[in-house]
Amino acid sequence: MPHSRIRGRAAPPREPTPAHTPTSGTRAYVHMVMGLPFSVHIRGVHLRGAESAAVARIWRDLRDADRIFSTFRADSDISRIARGELSVDDAHPSVAQVLAVAEAARRRTGGSFDVHHSGALDPAGIVKAWAARRAAHHLETLGGDWYLGAGGDVLLRSVSSRPWRVGIEHPGDPSGLLTALDVGNGAVATSGRAHRGSHIVSPRTGRAPTTLSQATVYGPDLLWADIYATAWVAADTTAPGWSMMPGYECLLVTESGRTLCSPGMRAMLAMPESVDRARRPESRTNRDQEVPAP
Amino acid sequence: MKRILAAFAGTVAALVLLFSYRTSLGDAVATLPGSAAHVASGAQSGAAPTTAGTEPPPRAGTPAPSASATVVNGATEQTPYGPLQVQVTLAGGRITQVTVLQHPDAARRSQEINAFALPQLRSETLSAQSAGIDAVSGATYTTEGYQASLQSALDAVHHAA
Repeated sequence: MPHSRIRGRAAPPREPTPAHTPTSGTRAYVHMVMGLPFSVHIRGVHLRGAESAAVARIWRDLRDADRIFSTFRADSDISRIARGELSVDDAHPSVAQVLAVAEAARRRTGGSFDVHHSGALDPAGIVKAWAARRAAHHLETLGGDWYLGAGGDVLLRSVSSRPWRVGIEHPGDPSGLLTALDVGNGAVATSGRAHRGSHIVSPRTGRAPTTLSQATVYGPDLLWADIYATAWVAADTTAPGWSMMPGYECLLVTESGRTLCSPGMRAMLAMPESVDRARRPESRTNRDQEVPAP
Repeated sequence: MKRILAAFAGTVAALVLLFSYRTSLGDAVATLPGSAAHVASGAQSGAAPTTAGTEPPPRAGTPAPSASATVVNGATEQTPYGPLQVQVTLAGGRITQVTVLQHPDAARRSQEINAFALPQLRSETLSAQSAGIDAVSGATYTTEGYQASLQSALDAVHHAA
């Protein structure tokens, strides 16, 4: 009887835990894929063997995605499709999935997000977040808090009561930070006018957008946070004819340095005064002032 | 140009792989892609003897508090405007100083950017870091160098933990 066999089996040996192994604190792992730095930070429970195996699986999945989607690799599925050597139907199933997401993104953003904008198919704007979100599931079973950073986008989980604090890059000073968000679970993605891969073109004007210098979106799904962040910048207006799905929040910085913030996002600001300071330089003396609840 | 960038990305990837290599015992290698990282105790000349002298001896049974300064260099990141690298000084788990080791100044465009960006760097970064940032979200590509270096400093801090 299989059941009794399992019960009768000796308990598996525990992972050896050397005295110097931290049982709490944050461990970071870094890997370059798709020309971007990906990093995994894990804090809390430390199952050494399981943790390193999960991280290795993430890197493997990301490399697999790169082999399929890289426009820099002549033998990638996407390059072969571009040359007419391969049909989407015969390509890796991921290609059709990503293209379906791209189409949904185009519809939900009124065309602001369009992977076909330059005439050639380049789903690079989706692939990073798509692949990162998919790979991150390897971390779900570890039982600790973790985040996966994907070249400026971050997917976060906190099973403890402690949120992660995510710094938001300053658009005029990218080595400094505009503000920070306290995020327990969800994703934060930021786009600027010159987003990686292809320069953003406003479908409305056919030119580089000039309204926003940066858009940050928080939401439950890294893929859609990333799509919306790009769409905000590409929309080239602070009042586009589309709205984000429920649960998504935005922090927009205009070209003139004005900061616009959805109410839900405002509630997540770890340092609300820094946003006020960016918007109203003269309020510098009032930086300790309480920001009224939205 | 693309080929040069690709080659550089490959070099960075190799460096990151090299430095994130874990030994058979599974110990994290506390080194950061870049250069002579992790200079402990006395990164700022002159302050070192004072720091060492006033530091209370660690009590037995408790982990030694990291009151000494640690200097970490971020990875040199290639941006379309040139190489970029920041150095972060940590004391007691907090970032106390940020120095730009390399910044792109070759192109006219980057001078425009940096003329605005660099004077603000320290205070902005310090005010953000003092709140205990765990991660950074930013627009990639033109700003990738900055972002990656700040994130890689965070990565390095926890590699060393």
